[in-house]
Amino acid sequence: MLTRREDHARALNEQGLRVTGRADFTASVTASADPSGLPEPELVVVACKGSDLDALTERLAGHFAEATLMTVQNGLGAEEVAGAHGAWPLLSAVTFMSGTRHGDTQVEYVLDTETWIGPYRGTTPADAHAVADLIVSSGLKAAAFDDLRPAQWSKLIFNATVNAVAALTGLAHDFHFAEVERAGDLGLLVRGLMEEGKTVAAAAGVELWEDPWEMNVLATQRGHRHSPSMLEDVKAHRPTEIESITGSLVREAAKHGVPAPLHTALYALVKAKEASYS
Amino acid sequence: MRICIVGCGAVGSLFAANLAQLDDVEVWAYDTSREHVDAINANGLRLSGAGEVVGRLRATTDAEALPPCDFGIVATKAMHTESAIGATAHAFAGGCVATVQNGLGNEEALAAHVERVIRGTTFPAGKILEPGHVQWDVKGDTTMGPYSDAAPFAEVERLAAACTRGGMPTHAVQDARGPQWRKVIFNASTNPIGALTGLTHGRVCERPTSVRYVSRLVDEGKAVAAAQGIVLDADPEELIDHAAKPEVAYGHKASMLQDVEARRTTEVDYLNGGIVRFGREHGVPTPLNEAIWALVKGVEESWQP
Repeated sequence: MLTRREDHARALNEQGLRVTGRADFTASVTASADPSGLPEPELVVVACKGSDLDALTERLAGHFAEATLMTVQNGLGAEEVAGAHGAWPLLSAVTFMSGTRHGDTQVEYVLDTETWIGPYRGTTPADAHAVADLIVSSGLKAAAFDDLRPAQWSKLIFNATVNAVAALTGLAHDFHFAEVERAGDLGLLVRGLMEEGKTVAAAAGVELWEDPWEMNVLATQRGHRHSPSMLEDVKAHRPTEIESITGSLVREAAKHGVPAPLHTALYALVKAKEASYS
Repeated sequence: MRICIVGCGAVGSLFAANLAQLDDVEVWAYDTSREHVDAINANGLRLSGAGEVVGRLRATTDAEALPPCDFGIVATKAMHTESAIGATAHAFAGGCVATVQNGLGNEEALAAHVERVIRGTTFPAGKILEPGHVQWDVKGDTTMGPYSDAAPFAEVERLAAACTRGGMPTHAVQDARGPQWRKVIFNASTNPIGALTGLTHGRVCERPTSVRYVSRLVDEGKAVAAAQGIVLDADPEELIDHAAKPEVAYGHKASMLQDVEARRTTEVDYLNGGIVRFGREHGVPTPLNEAIWALVKGVEESWQP
């Protein structure tokens, strides 16, 4: 595990990493705050926030020459950002798993949903399958795709909508997001945002893997009130991932010349909410 | 003449205390707050700030105790219009009832209970400091006009003249929809942005992406007004720019932001919700007002345990 802080790496080396929630075990790991302090890896999973990706992969430049890099960031374009700092083969991934960090050496495994993997640069569908198999054999859920973009875009539209609406209303992702009975119901806005996202995907030539509205309805029917990361971020007055999630979608809309007034409005509102912290 | 203020919160108190200065006007106030009513009856209704006034009037929480009145002035929050007029309508069987409330739809709600309804829009503002004592923050004009032909214009003029003599400058006009829609569009395009983001009016206006969104909300509201043949008496955009000035309302937290911070139900149903409803009736799309309406209602839902 590559960490930012040395004391974090030291704690992980000494105590291991404890996982609670949907699993219960302590893994012994090798951690370092310096890439050269780690054994040469074959696979590097880059799991930082989108806003830290550029700085993190810059630190990896010149290291891990034998490894394949896999990005799992929300939004679009993580592969390009990471790939700019080295010639590593790249896999592209999106993950629906979620967890809550309870300190340097403990994490709660909350949503045991899949990670989706596809080839990107210098990799083949077989490579994606091999990594998915590895993840599945470790006890997590994963699936490989020959082309990740349809799945990546489904998640992008889902995420841009659910995260921004949750961050602005303070609602966890619950039944309100699927309510479409009366004028002013939140589900009507959610559906409108997803329809707008689908228009952008179509303009970008992407055929979606799953319908984001159906993903939303299913997720709200599970009964578990998931609190999206952007809601957690605004509650804690932390910068959000609005730029890499909704920002990606709004920029794609502009690039392909399709209007996205609703996502543009939510983008402006979340940015303004971040500005209110100071 | 006898006037009853229905809903004696901050704005209602400004009308009540000022009108009570007139020898030829007997003022009553109906309010559901027992403490406020008792304090008014014991010590009078006191205003401080933009004007120092103590008004002697009769207040009651019991609508049955109201005598027949020449005029009602309804100043409740918009979501309480229905229950307030339902309780007090008997007192206005021979009179006219004016609304000075925020938002759209109050006139329709009043007209379901009383025959002669006066549309009104008011700019003065304040807040209740303690029972019987109201802070008068801002002075300003009020405009009134008949809601339908049932309300005689001479009566609108008589009420407006009394308000003006009492210290609340009020204009009687044939069509009061222009000032009403200007205020509604201003409020609907700025208040919820403050409520959703936590920013003061001035800080919303200095952010290019936010101010573009405000302008699009204004455009939708103007289109709905235009479709009804309403001529706005001023451009809401100018009001918004004016209010953003440091010496005007740069640091002002919109009332809806104050509501959200105190977890009180907001008036969004009557602002953005009203624009959406009138838009539908007149075939004008209002997707951005609909979005903001759903978001603020979502905020209110998030307070449920």
